[in-house]
Amino acid sequence: MSLLASAFTLVFVAAGIGFFAAGTLGLVRLPGTLSRIHALTKADNVGLALIVLGLLPQAASVLDAAKMVAIWLLAQLASGAVAQVMAEAVMAEATLAEAKDAGDAAPPEESRP
Amino acid sequence: MSLLFDAVLCLLLLAGALGVVATGAARAAVIAFIGYGLLLGLAWVRLAAVDVALTEIAIGSGISGVVLLRCVRALPATPKAPAPNPLLRPLAAMVSIAIAVALGAAVLALPEPAPSRAADVATALPATDLGNPVTGVLLVFRALDTLLEKVVLLLSLVGVWALSRDPACRGRPDPLSLEPAPAPSAFLARVLAPVGVLVGLYLLWAGADHPGGAFQSGAVLAAMGLLLVMGDQIRIPATQNRGLRLMLLAGPFGFLAVGFAGWATAGVFLGYPPGAEKAVIIAVEVAITLSIAVTLGLIVLGPPAGEERS
Repeated sequence: MSLLASAFTLVFVAAGIGFFAAGTLGLVRLPGTLSRIHALTKADNVGLALIVLGLLPQAASVLDAAKMVAIWLLAQLASGAVAQVMAEAVMAEATLAEAKDAGDAAPPEESRP
Repeated sequence: MSLLFDAVLCLLLLAGALGVVATGAARAAVIAFIGYGLLLGLAWVRLAAVDVALTEIAIGSGISGVVLLRCVRALPATPKAPAPNPLLRPLAAMVSIAIAVALGAAVLALPEPAPSRAADVATALPATDLGNPVTGVLLVFRALDTLLEKVVLLLSLVGVWALSRDPACRGRPDPLSLEPAPAPSAFLARVLAPVGVLVGLYLLWAGADHPGGAFQSGAVLAAMGLLLVMGDQIRIPATQNRGLRLMLLAGPFGFLAVGFAGWATAGVFLGYPPGAEKAVIIAVEVAITLSIAVTLGLIVLGPPAGEERS
């Protein structure tokens, strides 16, 4: 029984680490902030879920297990919302830069002393 | 295996510290500093100092990180680069290296085993009815340090408020953002804040027997207040509000009052009444937590902008 639980933990935690590694790879290698955020939040949420799932059989009590699940839920909530906020900030910055570029293309004389 | 982990952690810490210093841009340096604080928290966990780890992550990384990020945003985008003084740089490098070498030598010269009063704390702790020796040290054995720390925290807020244009420090601090909060921020504030407040109160309550306590709890509560402000769920409080100012004073002056009462009840400054130690300690912790939460939040929000004209 304990062997089975250990095997379960090993498999799921290893899979979780794999997802984390993939997310990190995406963060480092993907072009553009938006795709990086995308890779990071999606892969890390699954990775954290798998690690929590894998650790559940090792929990000393039901309360400990519930705490781990709560941590996963909170991390999911926070990373999802923060990713949206960051993405909106990136979009706003891009729009601002575009407007500035358009302004620079036809510079009014008085703005350049 | 754990040696390998510790070695990797040490290397990461060094790399993180180097990253903070070597990054040219101010904002990137602050973000690196926040990441470095998280790694440092992990190192404290490895040293079995969970209380310190919580404080490092909440204050050293979280609250300080937000303050620094706000500073970066307030700076002009393209600062006038002062002409680098050819003499000053090598001098600064030499002073830094000398301090590092002296610190390293001091650490290496520490006697083995290090002098410790942990055994004294362990024997005296049962008298306080507390289970967490860190809380025992902070609120009983070294209560004077904690009291002074609270006064310093209050003084740092006074320092921030001294930057106000209003001589009486009235009004509300400037809003964090001129635009309305993005919908995800509002959602996060509504959903996370109740959970976060619960976690903060739990940290306070658990601090008597487990890692946690006033500072960690206050930091979490301050963070939740800031989250609500960033999500446009509550207005930034006006600083002339009497209740707010009383909350700022509750911790340091409540602690001081208990300290003076110690002369009457226990015969010594900062003594606790015999028999009711734990109840008084928890009351002090609640007052301190309230003050820490409000002070930290207001430090992040910055100086008040003066009374509104209506």
